[in-house]
Amino acid sequence: MGIDWKAYQTNGFFDELIDAKGNVRLHGNQLAQFFSSLSNEELVKARAVADLAIKEMGISFTVYDEGNMIDRAWPFDIIPRTIGKKEWQGIEVGLKQRVEALNLFIDDLYHDQKIIKDGVFPKGLLEKSVNFRKQCVGVNPPNKIWAHICGSDLVRDGNGTMYVLEDNLRVPSGVSYMLENRSVMKRVFPELFDQVSILPVDDYPSQLFDMLAAMSPRPQDKPEVVVLTPGVFNSAYFEHCYLAQEMGCELVEGRDLVVEKDDCVYMRTITGLQRVDVIYRRIDDLFLDPEAFLPDSQLGVPGLMRAWAKGNVALVNAPGAGVADDKVVYAYVPEMIKYYLGEDAKLANVPTYKCLDPKECDYVIKNIDKLVVKPANESGGYGLLIGPKSTKKEQQETIAQIKADPRNWVAQPTLDLSTVPTLDGVEPDGRHVDLRPFILSSGHDTQVTTGGLTRVAMNKGSLVVNSSQGGGSKDTWIVDEEA
Amino acid sequence: MLSRVCETLYWVSRYIERAENVARLINVNNMLIMDLPKGVSTGWEPLIDIIGMRQAYQENHTDFSESKALRYLLIGYDNNSSILNSVINARENARTIRDVIPRDVWEEINSLYYYVKDNQNEGLSKRGRFAYLKKIIESTHMIFGTLDATLNHDQGYTFSRFGLMIERADMSSRILDIRSATLITNEEGKPFENIQWISLLRSMSAYQMYRQQMGVRVQRADVIEFIMHSEVFPRSILFCLNELKKMMQPIIHSEELIKLIDQVCDSLKNEDVRMLKNGDLHDYVDKIQLKLAGVHNQLAELYFLKAPELTETAE
Repeated sequence: MGIDWKAYQTNGFFDELIDAKGNVRLHGNQLAQFFSSLSNEELVKARAVADLAIKEMGISFTVYDEGNMIDRAWPFDIIPRTIGKKEWQGIEVGLKQRVEALNLFIDDLYHDQKIIKDGVFPKGLLEKSVNFRKQCVGVNPPNKIWAHICGSDLVRDGNGTMYVLEDNLRVPSGVSYMLENRSVMKRVFPELFDQVSILPVDDYPSQLFDMLAAMSPRPQDKPEVVVLTPGVFNSAYFEHCYLAQEMGCELVEGRDLVVEKDDCVYMRTITGLQRVDVIYRRIDDLFLDPEAFLPDSQLGVPGLMRAWAKGNVALVNAPGAGVADDKVVYAYVPEMIKYYLGEDAKLANVPTYKCLDPKECDYVIKNIDKLVVKPANESGGYGLLIGPKSTKKEQQETIAQIKADPRNWVAQPTLDLSTVPTLDGVEPDGRHVDLRPFILSSGHDTQVTTGGLTRVAMNKGSLVVNSSQGGGSKDTWIVDEEA
Repeated sequence: MLSRVCETLYWVSRYIERAENVARLINVNNMLIMDLPKGVSTGWEPLIDIIGMRQAYQENHTDFSESKALRYLLIGYDNNSSILNSVINARENARTIRDVIPRDVWEEINSLYYYVKDNQNEGLSKRGRFAYLKKIIESTHMIFGTLDATLNHDQGYTFSRFGLMIERADMSSRILDIRSATLITNEEGKPFENIQWISLLRSMSAYQMYRQQMGVRVQRADVIEFIMHSEVFPRSILFCLNELKKMMQPIIHSEELIKLIDQVCDSLKNEDVRMLKNGDLHDYVDKIQLKLAGVHNQLAELYFLKAPELTETAE
């Protein structure tokens, strides 16, 4: 016999599939029925098929362990996470609004800084921002878009509200796993796709290419678009390859590119140098150009910033876009939306205490055992303190760090992240999840992926979903409940 | 096409072809040993010579026993030409150009890697060896076949083919060299001479084609002639060289390279290889190998990414 959903415990959390009364939510009905119909043997077999598909397709990510590079298979759970189409449409609108405001904000910061002059955003914050690039001041990227690709992390709390947890505007990653998760699911449960009305996700690479091509400084039929990777040792290398392959673009490393005396970027081909129009760069700002940033970076291309500032090449995302993605700036996004668009934010921010404010800082220090405390500019969950799960010693260490540099810290109440049934052996057990949709902006239009990447904290009780720290993922279904 | 990508495609093919050739060599040697009486067999020593690893092998091994030599050839981590290392190298190279190579090809290379690694005990056991090697050879054919059928036949394809052909020519010359030198020709071995030449042909899948083209019984002079000079057998050295020349013609700046390949072809064609005695044959094959290395160097010089800076100007 298969999964008995009546026996599934939500343990007081908001579960994405099963409601508090133990009933299956409308958008998950067919999915739940399907899994109930599978025998234990079939479940075990399906898992094996998924694992094999992942191994054969070479879906992997790279972790560093004491200097060794390890290529790990992507941890994947075969029970999808479902979201109703209606709810999703609301989220989509909210994300578009958010990214529009963020782009206006970045462009403002590198030009007139009206938002500071009008007293909405504190000047002191900008002065201390580690992601503000003075090299970008006054530059006008095409259509005033800086954050062409945004990966926003969404979480749902105990009462079911969807919050934006953070916006990733530098080099957000994960979209390839979203696409690959779907193709693994199609291999594992082809019959399921006949039964449920699941919106497709395949279109992302073409949308991405169209957006990139639209940024070209030379209006022509076929702009030369390349993906710039730090190389095979980067943890997201799989994704860089994947996207270049899907878009039919060259995947280049810094050494493949050169900026000539005409301040244009060229790639070294066997027939000589060939002009490049758009670079989807997956290298952090500081490594992009040793002439402008870190002088000893081997990853970048000398002169790249010069070529970009002159408008001879488009960089996606634009350098300096990260100024809007630190966790302190995040706290001001609702004000930004109001300021630039005259609207209220359609998607909620998680309530955030800014340690910059002495009163809020005091509150954070006093209540550190109840809060999640985050440094402003770390990604991948590093440096994070989860109050209720931390030791006194860890709390004291973090307090010392906050006092040393309050501007660098924010805190949020611990959220009871929602759960999704996840296979533990052949039994479903709730695991916490988040969701990272990707938003593409070209200035002409804005597109949001259908769903996004659902990341799962694979360890029971864990709240950390990052793949570098034991996280896995699931296919994400936007289900048309009315179809 | 990016220089770096062309270079990588070239190496992926070379490594895959090398894996195939080593698998082939082991398989045939295995068969040969079964046919030869004890005491006549040359064992596994010649194979270590063919891959050019005698010195390195002897640093860590005291003898050429089947188990040691096979381990070295199949999975020797300290042998850059072991099947496992060839496949690892092919896979690592392929990984850096996953965007370029068709997905199916990547998956096949990836599966081959797991197969070679996970089933090595099959290869080490007498009973499982044949099937293990056969599967490896089939898989390399699948990789080249899929490449041929799914990769655009553009510059990248040319470089991939170039790597394949140059590796194949090199391997053919090595097999001929070592196999003919270690052939047992004393009185005791006489009755088996034929079998050994047949085995040489078989190690290159050349037996059937030899019979078709040469139409004579298997004998030394004709075998050498066939392996070196056949213009129709796809593993003969001349055939590979002709292919190299043909494929470089549409590529820009290839004049010098073609001239060089032409020279190698001419010198090969003008040599009466049938008449070469063992010692002379060895010297001659050595020369051919150096020339093949010269072709590689010229190719690298012309098209591959040079370490620090290129001085070309924009077109």
